[in-house]
Amino acid sequence: MQTEVEAPVMEPLSFRNVTRRYPRVTALEGIDLAVRQDELMAVVGPSGCGKSTLLELVAGLQEPDAGSVTVLGATDAAARREASAYMPQRDLLLPWRDALANAALALECQGVPRAEARRRAEPLFERFGLAEFERARPAELSGGMRQRVAFLRTLLPGRPVLLLDEPFGGLDSLTRSSMQHWLADALADEPRTVLLVTHDVEEAAFLADRIAVLSPRPGRVVAEIPVELPRPRDVTSPEFGQLKRTVLEALGL
Amino acid sequence: MRFLLGTLLIALFVLAWQGVASLESVDDLTLASPVETFQALQDDWSLLWDNALVTLVEVLLGLALATLGGVTFAVTMHLFRPLRDAAYPLLVASQAIPVVVLAPIFVLAFDYGMGPKLAIVALICFFPITVNLLDGLRSVEPELLKLMRSLGASRLRTLRSVELPSALPFLFSGLKVAATVSVIGAVFGEWAGAEEGLGRLVLLGNNQLQTPRVYAGVVLLTLMAVALFALVALGERVACPWNRKEQPA
Repeated sequence: MQTEVEAPVMEPLSFRNVTRRYPRVTALEGIDLAVRQDELMAVVGPSGCGKSTLLELVAGLQEPDAGSVTVLGATDAAARREASAYMPQRDLLLPWRDALANAALALECQGVPRAEARRRAEPLFERFGLAEFERARPAELSGGMRQRVAFLRTLLPGRPVLLLDEPFGGLDSLTRSSMQHWLADALADEPRTVLLVTHDVEEAAFLADRIAVLSPRPGRVVAEIPVELPRPRDVTSPEFGQLKRTVLEALGL
Repeated sequence: MRFLLGTLLIALFVLAWQGVASLESVDDLTLASPVETFQALQDDWSLLWDNALVTLVEVLLGLALATLGGVTFAVTMHLFRPLRDAAYPLLVASQAIPVVVLAPIFVLAFDYGMGPKLAIVALICFFPITVNLLDGLRSVEPELLKLMRSLGASRLRTLRSVELPSALPFLFSGLKVAATVSVIGAVFGEWAGAEEGLGRLVLLGNNQLQTPRVYAGVVLLTLMAVALFALVALGERVACPWNRKEQPA
């Protein structure tokens, strides 16, 4: 009983003094970050500051050179990978699979038979605004729809930690804005622990519970800015403008 | 429009051929005119057809052998990186072998039958199939492979769901090249020693100064290669519908 009281609340995702070096550059140095249960943490920083490396470390695609990355209490790469769902910037849908089969791929990779995987992916299409596009090939879908299929593929295995690498970076600004609203609504319905990497300050301010600002290479955390604004957020309010200014100042802009 | 232009070009080619063949200075034994060639096609049709079937069987079986071997070899090389690096020079060397020289040795080794022809067709076709498929298997974007790893996909799952489908258009490119050179391979094989086949018929016709029959044989061999190419292209359209370049308007 005593231990339970004394033990700190375990964050689902934490970085402890993480450094990652490549042969020619140091990408990340001394990163300390913790993302709380059902919190969306946005990481903003200039290009090349190691934002994507941060996500790949969590996803078990890379190993830190120093320090440790802990996901749901586990530090080994396989366990980190199984606890986290990684969504790259580009949708990377397979052109020969229809939308449903593309989403189902995530389950097939876990050994679920094809037909069963399709059956389990199908009910989600309605909720993602993709009803009646199950049989469409990626080439027949708009950019926003493709991104939603990719997002569905990310969510389907039910992994607790979401890793989003500039998920809307490739979309035009109107589609991006509507996808941001859509993601905010989806997370309001079904909260998740999310680490979102972006270079878009407005996107971070709109979606995040907390914003971590990284310095140029080697990436270090130079500021952690809590976002107290109520949701849905009004991007035209003075408070929102103030928040953006705070983030931009931390970025040195 | 495309069809019309194609027909027009062929008509122009035949006309030019007829024109050159009608020149006084051109020996009838060197060049048969399209009219003479067509005449030979008619007169010797059953002879030509029977021999063409023999050559066609050699070509098809050789191609099948090369495809089977090429796909197996490429996939194995792809899965075992050290093997790929070690075997690549051998693969290139296999294509550098002068088949014309090798053909008689194959005949010595396998006798006059189908064996040496299959071996030569397969040897020529193996290279474009293997190299194209290997390139295709390696063409997958690194980010996609990363995604598959993050999804927890096994090596075989990634091969089956991502690498092989990505490589399919490349395989068909290799098959297109293979289909066109396969006929040449069969002819070489027959020249080294055969009792039947279009290649042998053309060689005999040459020796017997039956120039129109030689040209008729060549026309049939060409048509065979073109038909095989078209068949592969059709197969590609059916097998990789996502890969069509032209977008619907």
